[in-house]
Amino acid sequence: MTRAVVTGIGIASPNGLGPTAYWRATLHGEAAIKPITRFDSANYWAKIAGEVPGFEAGRHLQGRLLPQTDHMTRLTLVGTDWALRGAGVQPNDIPDTDIAVITAATAGGYEFGQRELQKLWHQGPEYVSAYQSFAWFYAVNTGQISIRHGTRGPGAVVVSEQAGGIDSIGHARRQLRKGVQLALTGGMDSSLCPWAWVAHQASGCLSRNNNPKRAYLPFDRDASGYVAGEGGAIMVLETPESAAGRPGTRIYGEIVGYASTFDSRMPSREPGLKRAAELALRDAGMDASEIDVVFADAAGIPELDKAEAEAIKGIFGPYGVPVTAPKTMTGRLFAGGGSLDVASAILSIYWSAIPPTVNVENPVPEYEIDLVMNEARHGKVKAALVLGRGKGGFNSAMVVREYR
Amino acid sequence: MSRRAVITGVGVVAPGGIGTKAYWKLLSEGRTATRIITHFDASPYRSRMAGEADFDPVREGLTPQEIRRLDRAAQFAVVAGREALADSGIEFDQLDPGRIGVSLGTAVGCTTSLEREFIVGSDRGKYWEVDQSYAVPHLYDYFTPSSMATELAWTVGAEGPVSVVSTGCTSGLDSVGYAAELIMEGSADVVVTGGTEAPLSPITVVCFDVIRASSTRNDDPTTACRPFDKTRDGLVLGEGCAIIVLEELEHARARGAHIYGEVAGFASRCNAYHMTGLHPEGIEMSDAINIALKQARSDATDVGYINAHGSGTKQNDLHETAAFKRSLGAHAYKTPVSGFKSMIGHSLGAIGSLEIVGSLLAFEEGLIPPTANLHEPDPECDLDYVPLVAREAKVDTVLTVGSGFGGFQSAMVLKKVEGAGR
Repeated sequence: MTRAVVTGIGIASPNGLGPTAYWRATLHGEAAIKPITRFDSANYWAKIAGEVPGFEAGRHLQGRLLPQTDHMTRLTLVGTDWALRGAGVQPNDIPDTDIAVITAATAGGYEFGQRELQKLWHQGPEYVSAYQSFAWFYAVNTGQISIRHGTRGPGAVVVSEQAGGIDSIGHARRQLRKGVQLALTGGMDSSLCPWAWVAHQASGCLSRNNNPKRAYLPFDRDASGYVAGEGGAIMVLETPESAAGRPGTRIYGEIVGYASTFDSRMPSREPGLKRAAELALRDAGMDASEIDVVFADAAGIPELDKAEAEAIKGIFGPYGVPVTAPKTMTGRLFAGGGSLDVASAILSIYWSAIPPTVNVENPVPEYEIDLVMNEARHGKVKAALVLGRGKGGFNSAMVVREYR
Repeated sequence: MSRRAVITGVGVVAPGGIGTKAYWKLLSEGRTATRIITHFDASPYRSRMAGEADFDPVREGLTPQEIRRLDRAAQFAVVAGREALADSGIEFDQLDPGRIGVSLGTAVGCTTSLEREFIVGSDRGKYWEVDQSYAVPHLYDYFTPSSMATELAWTVGAEGPVSVVSTGCTSGLDSVGYAAELIMEGSADVVVTGGTEAPLSPITVVCFDVIRASSTRNDDPTTACRPFDKTRDGLVLGEGCAIIVLEELEHARARGAHIYGEVAGFASRCNAYHMTGLHPEGIEMSDAINIALKQARSDATDVGYINAHGSGTKQNDLHETAAFKRSLGAHAYKTPVSGFKSMIGHSLGAIGSLEIVGSLLAFEEGLIPPTANLHEPDPECDLDYVPLVAREAKVDTVLTVGSGFGGFQSAMVLKKVEGAGR
């Protein structure tokens, strides 16, 4: 079976731009949930978010791209550039038809969309941007990456809310198995504008606590919802043979297992997260005892936390494996979150350290999980399980392992 | 032994009628269902026409809560989904739900509901800070289109892999291609797939207006979409949905199912060229066709019918004509080609699935639906586009293609399966 290794990681996270800054901040537990600056939050009950600071699109992208792209597309394009640079891929290294682009989306270029909707309804149809037809829609990031890097292989976009960031990488691995050499994959998301914010509030999942240290507390007895953030990760996934074609290419780790399942609406049925994890382990040909850490979905909603803890306990036993949720530092990043968790898992393996879960002080004892709190744990990490759930019933699981 | 993905059930919501029977009647008679938009006052816009579905959610059996909760596109998916399930004859409650998946295509998701709610929350665009007190309870479901896959998965009882595929105007082909991959790799035995779109709202109309992609033949809406015709002046929007039950071949045979056909080959390509523009040579679409044919173990000469993208824009029709010639060579000139958008408009992320269903029905009926409104062939479009009137033909291999914003080019090969009579 064709193998899939990660050779480049582009990260835009509220607590760091690029894998080095992100990893340093994440290991140190640097939280980046803060009062919203992107728009005036005075009239909204939720007032905090994880914003990516210091990102000046104009420093990275040509001027002509700015009027035609939403913020999330700019993050995506820059993240992709960084991932390719990290992987040492030069134009023409790989035939353009042998490169796939598979991204995840949640809500498209929403801020761009709000602006154009406002122009349409306040000023008139003649004021709407000629770029609206593609800057808002869900397929935009895959299309723009393909154009920017001249990739002419398969392209796809999956939407399964927060599980999508994992699904996109799973689908990219599928493309490698179908014969492409390299895939640019992952998700970057941003929907920090008023029109998106009322939708986030309507989800019923945001925490009503506006204290950044007390708002997003997965597995804690004070769990009250999550905080929304922006950012994510784009990765270079390729076959080992492809990576070997560029001597000196660093291989961070390997994607060895993936599965996705869906929760029934019938309360009599068990939630699908445990089954997704078991199927991913089976896909990897691995036993639960070989997993050194679980990157949890960490919804921060008591019944969902309980379900996830039960899934983990069901597979690993009580306190059977370290569990962590670095997303407590950034907030949940939607399509970007699953891929950033996979990136974090890969970096854990590469740097032999498990990043901490921050702000959680009182984990619910009945959950019986070994939550990595406050301090990073240093030591060999050979394999990690990443869990992700999307609102509506989506469950995805991915197993990553050191490359050998 | 390799697993094969076959189609055993179909359901349709389309302009011209609800249900597969009404859809086929329209296609086979070569009638058009495009008209002046009635969903809203389109008089301020450049293009004021669309293929609208006469869809009454109450008559179609949706409950008050479903009607309140679901965007029109999701309502289509539930109604067409129920028809497809019944048509397949599968006792879904007898299957292992973990082996049932969903893959639903949509290009613009719940845009219609989002725009409606934006108008209220912003008081017609007056306020940037949209008023939170006007948010409806299901606003987040409109915000992310994965909610539509959730609804379809609930309709089916799926607990396997579930996802939305959103690649613009190729979504309806790509979702089915993705579903076939799930079956072939063994992740599911049955995947309920297809595409749905109800994009007819001012913001969508304006999107196509500002780039002048849509037809302005507002005085003659029933003949406005004219693929491959010299007088063509753009696409006509549409809405609709096709849901397809895709099943592993042996699974279908074991229960004696009626098999419409096999998804024998599928490929997608990015053109790396332009977000809305097409290179006239059609290289990437041709690449996709070649790979899909190879995967189907078919030769170009096996193709008995090409279901074209046929959007009726100047550039598209030249682009795909070039792609067909590039891939099929001399055989392209002998192969009937037709475009359904001439009859039902361009329903963005749904149309690819509607075209698959129409192509499967062409197998069943031995009849190739025509390209409507093709009176004056464009000399540069010099293939056999089956103008105006359906044509009897025994076909066992169909090529269907799609092309969309973002540069996506997709191709699928559908084959008739031997010994699959009802």
